[in-house]
Amino acid sequence: MHWLSLLRPGDWLIMLLGALAVGGSIPLFWQGGMAERAIIRQEGRIFAEVDLRSRKQFEVAGPLGTTLIAIEPGRARVISDPGPRQYCVKQGWLMRPGEIAICAPNRVSVQIAGRTKVYDSISY
Amino acid sequence: MTPSVTELRVTAEDRRVAWLATAAVGLSLVDAAIPSPLPGVKPGLANIVTLVVLARYGWGTAVWVSGLRVLAGSLLLGYFLAPGFFLSLTGTTLSLLTLGLARYLPQRWFGPVSLSILAAFAHIGGQLLLARLWLIPHDGVFLLTPVFAGAALVFGTINGLIAAKLLAEPAPPEVR
Repeated sequence: MHWLSLLRPGDWLIMLLGALAVGGSIPLFWQGGMAERAIIRQEGRIFAEVDLRSRKQFEVAGPLGTTLIAIEPGRARVISDPGPRQYCVKQGWLMRPGEIAICAPNRVSVQIAGRTKVYDSISY
Repeated sequence: MTPSVTELRVTAEDRRVAWLATAAVGLSLVDAAIPSPLPGVKPGLANIVTLVVLARYGWGTAVWVSGLRVLAGSLLLGYFLAPGFFLSLTGTTLSLLTLGLARYLPQRWFGPVSLSILAAFAHIGGQLLLARLWLIPHDGVFLLTPVFAGAALVFGTINGLIAAKLLAEPAPPEVR
């Protein structure tokens, strides 16, 4: 095969190092693995920790009213919230570990968790 | 016709740079025409020209050819001074700097394929950094790093092989 004859020994080394760099970058940048659980907090305390394989809805009561949270396989979102600005609702579906929607006025949050703990500064 | 006051003397070196840059621009257009599954993943065929020029005519000529290619390519494709232009410029600058260092690697061991892979990694690294610092100031940019790095490895290898193939053939006679 004459294409192979174009490669010099060091080229193989560089290709190997390149492949290692690519392989190494996967756990580095895709850390946290798959979204496995959703953690719903109310007033900073854990209200529910749900497996993301189920399909459920949660009604979480806060000072302003009820925040409605939907859990689906692999994702979670805030459906409705009595807060004035609706930031947490507009965030839509959360799918990656470390993602969080905070309905601050109603003191409710929903966060996605994976296999390992993800640092805020890397997720956001 | 009135003789011009300023006399632009065109040397053989200028002609050579112009021809090579033309070839590189042509390949940039081919590059742009190839559909890509993801913005940013491109074969970077014009880098074959850069590699051949680097080996045949030295780093200075390679810088000229690449610079002209980025400029003319962006004008032809209509993204001159758009974000894509600066991404392209940053990537090219970093890969040229990398090539400037990598050409001192012992040639017996490291051929065009090595240079091509290193340049491809430098290119995507520069683009990602610029994107993070300027276009999308959010670490989410780096989520695609493994995909980009994988593409850099694959296309870097292929382009390097093509450049090595071209370099294995005798140099063409000087163009006019």
